[in-house]
Amino acid sequence: MAPMRILYFAWLKTKAGIAAEDVTPPETVTDVASLIAWLKTRSAGHAAALADLSVVRVAVNQEFARPGDPVRPGDEIALFPPMTGG
Amino acid sequence: MIRVQQEDFDPAAEVERLVAGNRAIGGIVTFLGLVRDLAEGQGIHAMTLEHYPGMTEKMLAEIEAEANRRWPLAASLIVHRYGRLALGDRIVLVAVGSAHRQAAFEACAFLVDWLKTRAPFWKLEETEAGAQWVAARTSDDEAAGRWTAAGAKAAE
Repeated sequence: MAPMRILYFAWLKTKAGIAAEDVTPPETVTDVASLIAWLKTRSAGHAAALADLSVVRVAVNQEFARPGDPVRPGDEIALFPPMTGG
Repeated sequence: MIRVQQEDFDPAAEVERLVAGNRAIGGIVTFLGLVRDLAEGQGIHAMTLEHYPGMTEKMLAEIEAEANRRWPLAASLIVHRYGRLALGDRIVLVAVGSAHRQAAFEACAFLVDWLKTRAPFWKLEETEAGAQWVAARTSDDEAAGRWTAAGAKAAE
């Protein structure tokens, strides 16, 4: 099965200590919420980056996603703080 | 039209190009965003704008399309920079042309409000206290929220 591509931006990248990784989560990971719960277990840095989900935004295949939205092998999932452009 | 780039742009030349040959435009409203010294008294030297290549272009194009759905626009342009920028540097240009001023004023404000909360950019400020990621402002969400209507999926 194709892995999922996980991208981290801004301070999530700093805290997680990684900008991008390919992961193959267990089959119990089916949506954004369960993916994040699983990612948290990968390292202390991941746990720190994902500790406060009120300041974490998620995009699946470059579209904003909610906790209940599905994730599948081959998806590109980005985790980032609220945007501060403009 | 949307563009995401590292290099600077010339606002006057951009507007001239946008207007060239388009006789439907009665007026242009532009917004030019600059790097200011905002870090609550800590003194910014520079900032780095990080973005999400691919999604940035996609979101800007969606936001522009939404503005064109809501207002009768004759022309629209968003140019947004990324990378390291110094105090006073240009960050973003939004230009909107319409037959009448009301649509142009409203669409320009809409585009700026929405891109601030929906386009995946993040500011890392270099201050005297060190580098720090800028926190999103509640006032930006409120500004974007005033445009929320029919079918728009909030960036929550």
